Amino acid sequence: MTTRASRLPHSLTGRYAPWSGDSWRTTTHVLVGGVVGVATGSVVLTLIILTAVLSITVVFALGTLLALLVCVHGFAALQRSRFDAFLGVRIAAPALPPAETWSRRLVADTRSETTWRQLAYHLFALVVDGAGAALVALAWAGGFLLMVGPVTAWALGGAGVGLVAALGGAVAGMVLLFAAPWLARGVAAVDLVAARVLLGPNLRAELAQRVAVVERSRADLVAAADAERRRIERDLHDGMQQRLVALAMNLGFARAVGGDLPEPVRDAVTRSHHDAKQALTELRQIVRGLYPAVLDDRGLDAALSGLVASSPVPARLKVDLPRRPPVAIEAVAYFVVAESLANVAKHAFASQVDVEVRRAAGQLRVAVADNGCGGARPERGTGLRGLAQRVASVDGRLSVDSPDGGPTTILVELPCAS
Amino acid sequence: MRVVIAEDSVLLREGLVRLLELAGERVLAAVGDADALLAAVAEDQPDIVVADVRMPPGFTDEGLRAAVAIRRAWPEVGVLVLSQYVEERYAAELLSRPAGRVGYLLKDRVAEVAELVEALRRVAAGGTVLDPEVVAQLLVRQHGDRMARLTAREAQVLSLMAEGRSNTGIATRLGISHSAVAKHVNSIFTKLDLALVDDDHRRVLAVLQYLRSS
Repeated sequence: MTTRASRLPHSLTGRYAPWSGDSWRTTTHVLVGGVVGVATGSVVLTLIILTAVLSITVVFALGTLLALLVCVHGFAALQRSRFDAFLGVRIAAPALPPAETWSRRLVADTRSETTWRQLAYHLFALVVDGAGAALVALAWAGGFLLMVGPVTAWALGGAGVGLVAALGGAVAGMVLLFAAPWLARGVAAVDLVAARVLLGPNLRAELAQRVAVVERSRADLVAAADAERRRIERDLHDGMQQRLVALAMNLGFARAVGGDLPEPVRDAVTRSHHDAKQALTELRQIVRGLYPAVLDDRGLDAALSGLVASSPVPARLKVDLPRRPPVAIEAVAYFVVAESLANVAKHAFASQVDVEVRRAAGQLRVAVADNGCGGARPERGTGLRGLAQRVASVDGRLSVDSPDGGPTTILVELPCAS
Repeated sequence: MRVVIAEDSVLLREGLVRLLELAGERVLAAVGDADALLAAVAEDQPDIVVADVRMPPGFTDEGLRAAVAIRRAWPEVGVLVLSQYVEERYAAELLSRPAGRVGYLLKDRVAEVAELVEALRRVAAGGTVLDPEVVAQLLVRQHGDRMARLTAREAQVLSLMAEGRSNTGIATRLGISHSAVAKHVNSIFTKLDLALVDDDHRRVLAVLQYLRSS
């Protein structure tokens, strides 16, 4: 940013040519800047004073504050267009903080550092551009007068102007005329540097703002995904699971009372009954991995025992959580355990897996250790990669220690400050 | 037995009513939410209540809380809680008063008519019935000191005790002799420091130790 701000346009750094078009444009820029700067600066200053004075009567001060903000932004746009028109320098308009309602916009705007920088520029322009323009105007006008005035007076033989004084005046005027474009360049350069710093975007602040927006939308996405899992769980619970239970119940009843049915029918009923119960068990396993209701109700500690108990590989669980972590963190931790246990069952050929969850130094630490064959790599399997993504979505860390031949430990640390 | 049923799914509620009536029980009321359940229990004073955990309006643990309230207000009413998922934590809350007359089963168990009716009778008779799934959840917890003293076989016997089975039932299930079961059970009581407690409740208390040590 500093390198960009210090780079001046060619018209201000090129070879000095006092009578070039660039010089005229620069001079015009400075003179226009003086007029605009004094006008806008005065308005802004007046509004500041009015707001300060009226701040005892909240309502009126709100009105002047509103006018001030509108003027600050409007004038800043005007000033930026001046640089574009005369110097060919485009200063990007800074982004305004996002806000939904006008009252929030007012607050955000008042607190925005951009607003205050622009306001500072208007006050700067009032003094520096005004004085600069006056000096440049004086140099041009003085130069002409000195060059022309004494010589004319001498030629007309007027009151005591000698040849030496007349020539001296002419030379001095000439020097002034040569110096005036320099002066204009100097004023314009100072003006431009100030404008770039005060009217342009503050990249660091905008980046920070951008990151804040991205972080918020990421948190929204994570919450939306969790809400979706809850919804699916609820739909399955209220719909398919109830129907399957009813089906299994009716088949069970048919089995109990259907003793005198023909053999093949009884067989079919028995098999259907068995299948329905199997389907219920499988469906329950799937839903367990989604988002169990008890996770919301009673928290991670309570939810994990159901998960760990349904692990096909014999599993042990140890939880040490004095307080409940934030909901989003609980959901990620639950998912980590669910996914890790599924991975162990699929790939590890383990006979034992230990799940440990505890809180340490503002972190929720989840460790899943198995005595299987090892060789787990995040870049190989989709399971571990999905896990890493889910963990990263809340700024957590995942580390996998899995030498070939085992054992494997998956350690996840989730931020859990409160 | 005089039964009150609370289940929000109409399909299941009607199925349960039919099932229990055909099994010879009297269904006094079948309701769809926890408030109606409490009202029905207050009015009808049934022998036993069959309640779902998730019911309107919140669909979280309304049925469970109603069950706990019933156990507190009417200790002579048996409570059998059914749920799509059993949770060890819910079991601990449900069993927080060690008075028996309580059961907690997966809804899947209604598919086995005989088992369901058997569980109902055990609860109404003052027993405690826990789903094997709950017991499995208890067993994954790494318990401190006392639980760690149990051998794998003793833990297995304890889990069958938690399901409400008698020594004979456990012997049949594990394919071992009745005296071997008795030996394991006594060993469990000793290890859990329950040797001096009145006999029948020791079984329930042993299960409760599991719940409390988690």
